[in-house]
Amino acid sequence: MDVANSIDPFIYRLAIFVLAIFVGYYVVWSVTAALHTPLMSVTNAISSVIIVGALIAAGPVEMSLSKVLGAVAIGLAAVNIFGGFLVTQRMLAMYKKKQ
Amino acid sequence: MSANLTALAYLIASVLFIMALRGLSSPESSRSGNVYGMIGMAIAVITTVINPEVVSYTWILTAMVIGGAIGAIIARRIAMTDMPQLVAAFHSLVGLAAVLVAAAAFYNPAAYGIADADGMLKLASRIEMGIGVVVGAITFSGSIIAFGKLQGIVTGNPITFPGQHAVNALMGAVIVVLVVLFAIGPESEWFWGMTLLAFALGFLLIIPIGGADMPVIVSMLNSYSGWAAAGIGFTLENTALIITGALVGSSGAILSYIMCKAMNRSFISVLLGGFGGDTAVSATRSDKPVKSGSADDAAFIMKNASSVIIVPGYGMAVAQAQHTVREMGDLLKGHGVKVTYAIHPVAGRMPGHMNVLLAEANVSYDEVFELEEINSDFSNTDVAFVIGANDVTNPAAHEPGSPIAGMPILDVDRARTCLFVKRSLSPGYAGIDNELFYADNTMMLFADAKKMVEDIVKAL
Repeated sequence: MDVANSIDPFIYRLAIFVLAIFVGYYVVWSVTAALHTPLMSVTNAISSVIIVGALIAAGPVEMSLSKVLGAVAIGLAAVNIFGGFLVTQRMLAMYKKKQ
Repeated sequence: MSANLTALAYLIASVLFIMALRGLSSPESSRSGNVYGMIGMAIAVITTVINPEVVSYTWILTAMVIGGAIGAIIARRIAMTDMPQLVAAFHSLVGLAAVLVAAAAFYNPAAYGIADADGMLKLASRIEMGIGVVVGAITFSGSIIAFGKLQGIVTGNPITFPGQHAVNALMGAVIVVLVVLFAIGPESEWFWGMTLLAFALGFLLIIPIGGADMPVIVSMLNSYSGWAAAGIGFTLENTALIITGALVGSSGAILSYIMCKAMNRSFISVLLGGFGGDTAVSATRSDKPVKSGSADDAAFIMKNASSVIIVPGYGMAVAQAQHTVREMGDLLKGHGVKVTYAIHPVAGRMPGHMNVLLAEANVSYDEVFELEEINSDFSNTDVAFVIGANDVTNPAAHEPGSPIAGMPILDVDRARTCLFVKRSLSPGYAGIDNELFYADNTMMLFADAKKMVEDIVKAL
């Protein structure tokens, strides 16, 4: 392929990023104010998808600084993932309508 | 698993995350939304773990089990009144994880396929990593301070010193220079230099901000944690991280905007800090007479009313009075009184704080209304019962020149009678007197919030 005419993959990622901001914008405006606290705790949990970066760092067999850093990051992100989703679930279970 | 399949799995995970946020448009759909979020996370983690680069599972499983157990225990034990500090603590973990992942990628770029021909980090990845790590570090230390303020470890008053903004601006400029130097030549001095300075900047940015501005700050840090994740996502060329980071970043930004608007303050003025606290207490306390009453008086007035609107604020959370308030509401309903709740967007210490507490106390969410839904009802309501709220009811907001001028308030002064539970006549966060205390139709109930409501419940 002609290098000058091919699009840098960065541009695709940028496009995904910009479109995702718009998706986030419209989705979050539709969140009811009563659920703003669960919104924060669940966004907390999902932003811990950064764990995927940590998993790759901790994956190799050989011992390295990267592996240690990755393992610590996995621990931190796991606190957030379990803590975030479970506390959100606990809160959401409390929102009840008049029976 | 091929790279294409991995990318598709990440896409599915991202869609599930969007559905998790979409679910929060109503309480009924929110519970299934949360389950979608969990499934999305499981897909993202499993997809990564079965990658050919990941071959050793001992450390991964150990870290996940330890972290997961800690998270699960915290989620089960945490008191609902402590949600603001928990969320701040969680933000700090996202920030620190972003920094650690960036460092791991910096020392071993080949593992992520982002090394150039010499085994060094690619130029584009260096720029993205610089931005990601700086935002992550600011999120980490800023959230630690926010946590300290909310937990009461650090004073909730603004901490200011001369030249503060100049110091912050200078540090910001040095960080930018370091990011540029790191992009030119990825030396570890530049990497750790910008990271440590960003830690310091995060700390300095949040210390001048007072407790009642925390709803804005917690939302802002939520947003930062998203942008940090997106920055790392660009570095690692990972679409799941880019999409999720963008979602979380815009979510936090919208919440900050809503909170600023509810205080009629600009984001910049909140960020510059120094609002309220001791420095602002210059109000000339009025000598006007104050009508005060007992729990029996309050019970008598409310029992004979046809409608009561309860206005909760941070004081209710501090006194843990939400269950007693609900009990009082139920007893009043037994007397044929129409009971509703009015919530100001910045009541409490984080967005939606009061809603969660009332939900915990089993108040049905269709009795709870937001400012714009209920404000016009005060003028034909018999009793407004204000518990632990102050500035958000202060009619001074209608007067130009007041520190809270233009802030939308709950018009409790329009109700026939306003019952105001408060320990003393001291001013609220904004440091200004509330003329509502001296109004003819106001009766002050001087006591601890929980004690007073318990006494009212007995009298009913």
